[in-house]
Amino acid sequence: MHMSKQSLSISDLNSFSGRSSTRLSGDVILTALVWVAATLVVGMFLWLLGDLFFHGFNKLSLSFLTDAPQNSGREGGIGTILVSTLLILGVALLATLPLGLGTAVYLSEFAGGKTGDKAKQLIRMSLNMLAGVPSIVFGLFGNALFCIWLDMGFSIWSGGLTLACMMLPLFISTTEAGLSSVSNEWRQGASALGLSHAAALWHVLLPAAAPAITAGLMLSIGRALAETAALIFTSGYVDRMPESLADSGRALSVHIYDMSMNVTGGDETAYGSALILIVMLVLISSVAVSLTNRFLAQRITPS
Amino acid sequence: MIWSRHNTSFLSRADSALTQVTGSTALVVAVLLGLVLLLLIKESGSVLSDGGWTSFFVSDGWYPQSDEYNLLPMLWATLAASLGAVLIALPLGVMSAVFSRFYAPAWMVNPLRRIMVLLAGIPSVVYGLWGLTVLVPLLGAWMPPGSSLLSAILILALMILPTVSLTSEAALSAVSPASLQGAAALGLSRKGVVLGVALPEARAGILTGALLATMRALGETMAVLMVAGNVVQTPGSLFDSVRVLTANIALEMPYATGDHRAALFASGLLLMMIVTLLAWLAGRQQGGDGRGHAHE
Repeated sequence: MHMSKQSLSISDLNSFSGRSSTRLSGDVILTALVWVAATLVVGMFLWLLGDLFFHGFNKLSLSFLTDAPQNSGREGGIGTILVSTLLILGVALLATLPLGLGTAVYLSEFAGGKTGDKAKQLIRMSLNMLAGVPSIVFGLFGNALFCIWLDMGFSIWSGGLTLACMMLPLFISTTEAGLSSVSNEWRQGASALGLSHAAALWHVLLPAAAPAITAGLMLSIGRALAETAALIFTSGYVDRMPESLADSGRALSVHIYDMSMNVTGGDETAYGSALILIVMLVLISSVAVSLTNRFLAQRITPS
Repeated sequence: MIWSRHNTSFLSRADSALTQVTGSTALVVAVLLGLVLLLLIKESGSVLSDGGWTSFFVSDGWYPQSDEYNLLPMLWATLAASLGAVLIALPLGVMSAVFSRFYAPAWMVNPLRRIMVLLAGIPSVVYGLWGLTVLVPLLGAWMPPGSSLLSAILILALMILPTVSLTSEAALSAVSPASLQGAAALGLSRKGVVLGVALPEARAGILTGALLATMRALGETMAVLMVAGNVVQTPGSLFDSVRVLTANIALEMPYATGDHRAALFASGLLLMMIVTLLAWLAGRQQGGDGRGHAHE
């Protein structure tokens, strides 16, 4: 808020400052350039979204969401694909939540002393580097570790656990930020009441940080849903209804890829699936944004 | 924090149990990176050992059937596509950030940022789908076959544009109000404020964003795989069909065995090394940024 006022005051000042004509022409050129750049960016965006909407819209129906794909996906729906996607996501969350929460709590509440500080540094560095690893490399890793070493084959387990490795850095950093922004007075109050550290964490710190944690979780889910490259050779291509978590299952993003690249005449299904995927992502990200805003408002009001 | 962390005897039993549990989850997370590296190295071992890695750069080409694994054409393609994308996205992204910080009418600022955030969240496979069905036919009508280095560059540029723009905007917002007011008080025009004060002061942040965007472009698989045509060759012109390292892994991994599979893991290792180098540079850049602002 403060900053936008700032920029306004600068433009106000500009209108007062005397400008020579050469300066004015430079100004005009730069103004034109930035307007063109912004228009171009917004134009590309509208073009992309418009295409997605118009091509995908006539595929949308209730039966598209519930039916199994037929004729390699050209006809029928994406029912089984959605089920596989949700199962993969479920497995990923099952692994991410305990590991991520535990690590974030350790980093923000327990790691202390000389060894603690060193551990913190090491974990942060490792997470930063993991966050930059290309998704296809996670795919290689997941294939070698889960599919082959742990003998899970192409399965929902393998895909979900690979996704979990990718989600952890983002989830941990947002959760840790949420926990460390809880005011220290709350910790002091809890300890003055004689609560153990564990009880304070459970009754005070985690509830206070809950909106931030949920927002981080939503962002991680968004990233997982968007992921394709890491899933192609971990959870596989099979598009029928998975019978168990040890079955291969095709995620929605992999379906989009397969429909547009490997199936002639699958473009329409690809666009329909893409539209569904985008709608899911927009919903998830707006939940994340509103939770973050609620958390920020909460943080500012009480103290 | 007020709990005395060194004095563990002070902790209740539940607390020390919790410390151990959370500590062990942290340990699992800490070894994850090592595990990724270890597995990549181990799986690519059969081609890396005995100096076999030199064949990645000197053998006749990429012919897995006859055990020839030259990565260079694909490495050049990866670098060319990423560099081209950054060359397009950096000026556009910085200019659109300048627009929303200094030129946009107030009501436009928030919708613009929304658009950027939304664009940044669109899955790469959707960019690929759009590129394949809209961009490639357009380019193909002009200069066949359409699936080319150019289409890869354009799609990548579109994908990393939001990253560049959002980080540049954040860097521009962090420019100290005092310098902006000072510049304006000196009678600098808006152009003078932007080019003379704001952009130079935000340079480190913008560069960090550009490095992050480059990392994303180098590691991107799906979008490039779908639009670049995937012919293994050293790109000679913008209109040549190319295959990048990531796309090669995605295409051949499902059926690769033996040395072929090991070569794919080795190319993954190579990618990771390049990206880690950039991440290290970005970290240094940020450190430099922090020192630069220390005097304020």
